Amino acid sequence: MSEGEKDKRVPIYVDGQEVLVAPGTNLVEAAALAGKEVPHYCYHPKLSVVGNCRMCLIEMGTPGRDRATGEPLLNDDGSPKIMWVPRPVIGCATTASPGMHVRTDSPIVKECREGVMEFLLVNHPLDCPICDQAGECRLQEFATDYGRGYSRFIEEKNVKPKRTRIGPRVMLDDERCILCSRCIRFTEEFAEEPVLGFTDRGSYTTLTTFPGKELAHNYSLNTVDICPVGALTSTDFRFKMRVWFLKETDSIDTESSVGCNTVVGSREGKIHRITPRRNDLVNDTWMPDSGRALYKMTEGDDRVLNYAIDGKPCSPDEAFSLAATLLNNPDVAIVGSGRLSLEEQFLLTRIRARIPGPTPSYLVARTGQGDGKLLSADRNPNVRGALLTGLIEDLPAKELTPLGRLVNEGTVRTILVVGEDLSAAGLTRDQLKRVSVIYIGSHHNETSSLAKIEIPLLTVFEKAGTFVNQQFRVQKFAQAIPGPKGVLFGLSNFTRLLALLPGGETLAPGVSAAWEQMAREVPELEGWTFGGISSTGRVVSDARFAHLPFIETAGLHFEPKSAVAAEA
Amino acid sequence: MPSEVLPLIIKALIVIGAVMTMAGYAVLMERKIAGWIQGRPGPNRTQIPILGSIPVIGTFLTRLGVFQPAADGLKFLFKEDALPGHVNKFYYVLAPMIAFVPAMATMTVLPFGQYTGADGVTVPIVLANLDIGILFILAVSSLGVYGIILGGWAANSKYPFLGGIRASAQMISYELAMALSILPVFMWFGGTLNLHAVVQGQYQVWTIFAQPVSALIFLVALFAETNRLPFDMPESETDLVAGYNTEYGAFKFGLFFVAEYTHIIIGSGVFVALFLGGWTLPFVPIPDGIAGAIISIGIFLAKVFALVFFFMWIRWTLPRFRYDQVMNLGWKKLLPLAIANLVVYAIIIALIENLG
Amino acid sequence: MATKVLERKPLSLAERSYLPQIVGGLKITMRNMLKPPVTLEYPDERPEIPVGYRGVPTLVRDPNGREKCVSCQLCEFVCPPKAIRITPGEIPEDAETAHVEKAPKEFEINMLRCIYCGLCQEVCPEEAIFLQDIYSVTGYTREEFAFKKEKLYELGGTLPDKHFKWDKKKAAEEHGNPHH
Repeated sequence: MSEGEKDKRVPIYVDGQEVLVAPGTNLVEAAALAGKEVPHYCYHPKLSVVGNCRMCLIEMGTPGRDRATGEPLLNDDGSPKIMWVPRPVIGCATTASPGMHVRTDSPIVKECREGVMEFLLVNHPLDCPICDQAGECRLQEFATDYGRGYSRFIEEKNVKPKRTRIGPRVMLDDERCILCSRCIRFTEEFAEEPVLGFTDRGSYTTLTTFPGKELAHNYSLNTVDICPVGALTSTDFRFKMRVWFLKETDSIDTESSVGCNTVVGSREGKIHRITPRRNDLVNDTWMPDSGRALYKMTEGDDRVLNYAIDGKPCSPDEAFSLAATLLNNPDVAIVGSGRLSLEEQFLLTRIRARIPGPTPSYLVARTGQGDGKLLSADRNPNVRGALLTGLIEDLPAKELTPLGRLVNEGTVRTILVVGEDLSAAGLTRDQLKRVSVIYIGSHHNETSSLAKIEIPLLTVFEKAGTFVNQQFRVQKFAQAIPGPKGVLFGLSNFTRLLALLPGGETLAPGVSAAWEQMAREVPELEGWTFGGISSTGRVVSDARFAHLPFIETAGLHFEPKSAVAAEA
Repeated sequence: MPSEVLPLIIKALIVIGAVMTMAGYAVLMERKIAGWIQGRPGPNRTQIPILGSIPVIGTFLTRLGVFQPAADGLKFLFKEDALPGHVNKFYYVLAPMIAFVPAMATMTVLPFGQYTGADGVTVPIVLANLDIGILFILAVSSLGVYGIILGGWAANSKYPFLGGIRASAQMISYELAMALSILPVFMWFGGTLNLHAVVQGQYQVWTIFAQPVSALIFLVALFAETNRLPFDMPESETDLVAGYNTEYGAFKFGLFFVAEYTHIIIGSGVFVALFLGGWTLPFVPIPDGIAGAIISIGIFLAKVFALVFFFMWIRWTLPRFRYDQVMNLGWKKLLPLAIANLVVYAIIIALIENLG
Repeated sequence: MATKVLERKPLSLAERSYLPQIVGGLKITMRNMLKPPVTLEYPDERPEIPVGYRGVPTLVRDPNGREKCVSCQLCEFVCPPKAIRITPGEIPEDAETAHVEKAPKEFEINMLRCIYCGLCQEVCPEEAIFLQDIYSVTGYTREEFAFKKEKLYELGGTLPDKHFKWDKKKAAEEHGNPHH
């Protein structure tokens, strides 16, 4: 917030406590700034306000003014006289005005909340034991915090459709729905593909899809996240694990260069779901469905689980010493990956510095159609990291044709591949057979089957590190689960290899140690530490790369520089 | 020579067998009595295949735990005889034997019945009718403490060592009182040290009535000498784990165990002989011949077991004394009392002899 | 607190000799010896299990044979020694109890860990887990002590139900308050 905006902030009084808020802030947010919770269902900070749940009812008043003179009315003790609105108002649709007074826990407010809760629970099926939302359910939370604690309803409850499949990834239970319409607004406003709506009237109002349509777009699971109750649940996560068992770890979506902030829910080394983490500068509170299935890669049958030479399992030390011998030659090429963390890419450049000879280095581009929201055209999460660390000088290509040429010429006899499949990047089997391939990767592929040495790599969920997204924002991810048995911890693969190369340097395999080196060697990162990067990330200077034609198009919170330049 | 030695060996074996069996059953008796006093049935499960499955008797014997000593003995025999690495091996193995042999050896001079032949001569049933029988018993039985001290020392471990030290101090303290307490008895019976003579002398009046203080001192000292509660300082489970035999197991522990009960039986035998009229009943003559011998042995055994029962009854009634209390009692109470007792009876006997 | 000093009475000669006390003790033990034993001879005689006894935790079925557990995992959550391990599962849509939607795929109680606290029974919203009267658990291997779902149902059997919550739910679905 700039100084100018700060000056414009208006004072309001929440339960007598003064708090400065930006003009236009609604009272739910304003009360939150004062540390007071105003319960709400339909209000969502990133969606339009409809005010239909009535849970955020509060009392509001403004300083009175004499109608004739315009003079402020004062109490006997000189304080301004507050003209309270004679009935409660909804906090979400009321914006703060200077000097406004708000009561969030007066008897009237409490009674209102009790009443609203009672109405909401009238037809609620109370199947918490089988409801996936239990544990993170607003209805449960507010019923205990603000409800009356018992039911007076003795009539029969309404029966509505349950267990309805409204999309490939979303299940709907209408009995649990409290008609907040968050999901309807989301599909209209963010996904821009409205498929949900209400039918019928009164207590028979039912959420459903438009005839012949289903909730299938790539943002459908966000409706599950914003559903305050268990009406919308994820088919993938359905009945897998109760949410209170999940250990939540901050992570990053690796499917594109947007770098959506995520929370990984895992229990005892097994990931059960990925949900978006709010970052108003990157992804707001949303993320694509496709990024939520990425955790399945940790459990694939094709994981590389052993250090191996010529396909035979060996000890890590054997693999590293042979790799160091092979790398200590002038005929080495390195193929890195845009999916590696910044630290891994950096350590690759350190390894390259120890290898005699020119050592050409490459990255493999992964592209797709950008959807203009949270899925960009560049499907590598960290190409900018490779540029930053100097692993590559230019934007990567899809095919490694230059490398193929070097192999044919015989100038390259050893290739260090990290996390990429060379066959998919245009090298033929013959070419691969002609060279010694050192494969460091998390999954088996054709390259690994032809590799001289195989070294297992941890996936993004099994290590900590950083990615640099399309905004040149350095974002941290933490280790959610331990790696597979027998795979070395953290950056050990790279530090051990580094130690065995000529003039070997010894580095701790942790992220902080790599960052100490990076702060010294990468000009943009001077003075940075890993711990100093906040959870919303930190933007690094992109001046060095202004000339590069990045392929991302505009998306949420992102405007490509070249596009800006072109318009100008 | 063999014709004289052989019957002696046979007799000795019979006696040893009998005493061992009695010791075994004394253990059973102890466990049963402990059970009853504590509201439990005691050992009642062990069964011998054929004998135990006889309908009524078998069940009864099993409930009574009659087969338990056999099972215990077999267990001691077949358990792994571990030899801890840190012990002094020679003395460690020697100690249980030293504890066991004196306990058995005292048996040789203890008469446990009488036989009146056709010639009218009454002889005691005893392995060796020594004139200095009681002296032998006192001398040899006090050798048993060496087994305990040696065991405690050879085990090379704290608790056994403390147990051994306590045993030596306790034994020395109470032996004095014990020996002094029985001197008046022998003075009473004309200065003989022959147990047979003492028993015969009690035909009408048991010594316990003539010399109650002597009997009390002897009994207390006997408890201390046999390491029975409330004087079981050497074992003292609550503070010394198992005292001198902490490091022992299997058969070697069994030897210590049997030695302890043998001590109790022999000690009771001596007490019966000295104070409770031995194998005689007041004013009831014992018939001649084999029948008389058997009756006399029966009477003696009955009295011995009554006393053994008393030992156990006391054990499950009284708590253990503190070590300093034991020493106090031995040196400051029993010893002066025994000396005073000796002096008083010396005067009384002198008076009786001179006046009478 | 005020301290009250009590005058200790000097012991009489008889008390100091300790002999009357010994006789008193002997009397007591002799009385005890003559009383019948109070022992319960366990494998032959079995104790009477009082009401509310907390034995082995078991899973129960309702009188209609429906498995009551819906694998809400509250017991797993509340279990202090973490003895319970549930793998939740979905009831297929063509099953008779399809309206319950959820049932445990696997339910394991590790009896080597269980401390018989009864919190699982207390927390169960479906009244599906009960600590009944089984108190003797034996086995030769560790695996035998990990009671699986079948074993838990076998031990639990069927208990009477006061609510028939899900049956009422089904009835309401069939002819309740339909909005169509």
